[in-house]
Amino acid sequence: MVTTNTPDITAVSSATITVKDTPGYRLFRAVNGIVLVVITFLTLYPFVNMVAKAFSSQAYIAAGQVNLWPRGFNLTTFASVMGDSIFWVNYRNTIVYTVLATVIAMALTTTFAYALSKPYLKGRGVMIGLAMVTMLYAGGLIPNYLLIDALGFKNTMWAIVVPGAINVFNLLVMKSFFDNFPKELEEAAEIDGMSQYGVFFRIVLPLSKAVIATMTLFYAVQFWNSWFQAYLYLNDRDMYPVTLYLRNLLAAATSTTDLGSDTVQIQANVQSVAMLLTVLPIICVYPFIQKYFVSGVMLGSVKG
Amino acid sequence: MARGTGTVDAVPRTGGGLPGRGAGGAAVGDGLMPPQQLRNNETWRVSLRRHWRLYTFVVLPVIFLLVFRYVPMIGNVIAFRRYRPGGSMFGDEWVGLYYFEMFIGSKPFWDVFWNTVILGGLTLAICFPLPIILALMLNELRSRLFKRVVQTVTYLPHFMSIVIVAGMVFQLTAINGTINQVIEAFGGEAIPFMQRADWFRTIYLTSEVWQTVGWGTILYLAALTTIDDQLYEASRIDGANRWQQTWHITLPGIRPTMMVLLILNIGSFMAVGFEKVLLLYNPLTYDTADVLSTYLYRVGIGEGGNYSFAAAIGLFEALIGVALVVTANQISKRAVGASLW
Repeated sequence: MVTTNTPDITAVSSATITVKDTPGYRLFRAVNGIVLVVITFLTLYPFVNMVAKAFSSQAYIAAGQVNLWPRGFNLTTFASVMGDSIFWVNYRNTIVYTVLATVIAMALTTTFAYALSKPYLKGRGVMIGLAMVTMLYAGGLIPNYLLIDALGFKNTMWAIVVPGAINVFNLLVMKSFFDNFPKELEEAAEIDGMSQYGVFFRIVLPLSKAVIATMTLFYAVQFWNSWFQAYLYLNDRDMYPVTLYLRNLLAAATSTTDLGSDTVQIQANVQSVAMLLTVLPIICVYPFIQKYFVSGVMLGSVKG
Repeated sequence: MARGTGTVDAVPRTGGGLPGRGAGGAAVGDGLMPPQQLRNNETWRVSLRRHWRLYTFVVLPVIFLLVFRYVPMIGNVIAFRRYRPGGSMFGDEWVGLYYFEMFIGSKPFWDVFWNTVILGGLTLAICFPLPIILALMLNELRSRLFKRVVQTVTYLPHFMSIVIVAGMVFQLTAINGTINQVIEAFGGEAIPFMQRADWFRTIYLTSEVWQTVGWGTILYLAALTTIDDQLYEASRIDGANRWQQTWHITLPGIRPTMMVLLILNIGSFMAVGFEKVLLLYNPLTYDTADVLSTYLYRVGIGEGGNYSFAAAIGLFEALIGVALVVTANQISKRAVGASLW
């Protein structure tokens, strides 16, 4: 169910075109190909530039000579960022928050989606409505802030890991997956005397690995990338996630009005290194997770 | 007691096959039995007793939704009430529309309001059509490898944190950054982009295009695969060229997807990239960069601490958003037959 969608997308064009092309269409295809190559290059360029700056010497960056590849190869900035204990504390925080928030989110989303997929669950319509309304209208910044404050979550990790727990889009994706789960399997297990818990944990979950993997990645990337919750609710530098560390680097650089100064260029080097280390985990797993994301989005679009 | 046993007694008989039948109802039920009957023939008490394990699954999620989604909705009453620091999050005394009159009558509010409309309008006008064009371009590719490479690369920015995007923007637009190098190579003078209000919209939109357009093609590419090949064959026999096929078959084929995404885009019109603006703007660029969400953040939390005033602006913004979605949805439903609900 989850993986079958992907190959179809790529298959569509080759099947439709068989007869010989007009010269005009051939010209169009050439231009089309070139434009797509340019788009690909432009999309990649900011990453390439970031890597180049991370490994370049500050003198070359200051002179504005670093574009596609590193110049004046240097690892000292890398060493100094990696030697910054706050950076690692923040990096560890990001990992802790991401894991914890993802576990909480998956526990709530999976159980809720499963229960909502059962037509005999009384009050199901009301609960689905309860979730859907939040897609259309959310409380807004100030009431949320006051709520976190009133709950005593401020300056605790709970402000980071709890409020994002149910993403309604993800919930609907999972629900539509469970809707299509073969009923015979569940019935057979129930006839064999398994309780609803047994059916869910021992039959349904093991057979839903693909959708669970997809949703886990959806959540994990979302939590890994988030910074604003931390910016809003955390005061203690030792509790910041790495995205907030990076944000403060950027803010420090832009508040310097004297743009030509050396500090800004040193900042550019440090920023690149911190950015690189922050996106590295995502870039590393990206090739493997991409297809899951695509199929997840399409799974959601069926019902969503 | 007697009644109690009676109910319990009745349960296994109706209930034994019920989960299965209830579930199968969707597939079989069309003609045989209205699905409603299947659902409603259990009372709450019986249902709770039979499926109590299933109900334990919904307890935490429902509490979560009520506390973290619905309490803030109710919390918007502070827009009509005076808030006292250390007091209730719902405010202390009614002041009616005091805070609404306060912002309706202030000039900074309207400056920010029009900034929001312009930035939101430009985002909609540019970030909505580009994924369609890119999807059509990808659809013309015959090399599957090339297509896959382009897709992989253009999806990537979607997974980047907004902080990373902001960092890249700062680096590329820096006085010694790549863009200024290109300008200087052509004999121009370096521009301090991030300090210039007249450049903010361009920079914001460019980074938005970079991050969203590739990912935005996914649903269109999926919709393209559902178009019947026979339509193309028939049109070729009738002598239609590739352009005519695109215009008369491909575009109508993906129109429902286009409409749904258009409605969604219109709904987020007022909520233009709050986090990104917050990262990219500075007092020098407020003239064009400051939008409702960042303005209310500053007066509410950043500097002011005027929660009620900020909440009133937030409520105003959210209501416009809801009104836009509902209107767009109704129009689309009437005109094209595609709608969200």
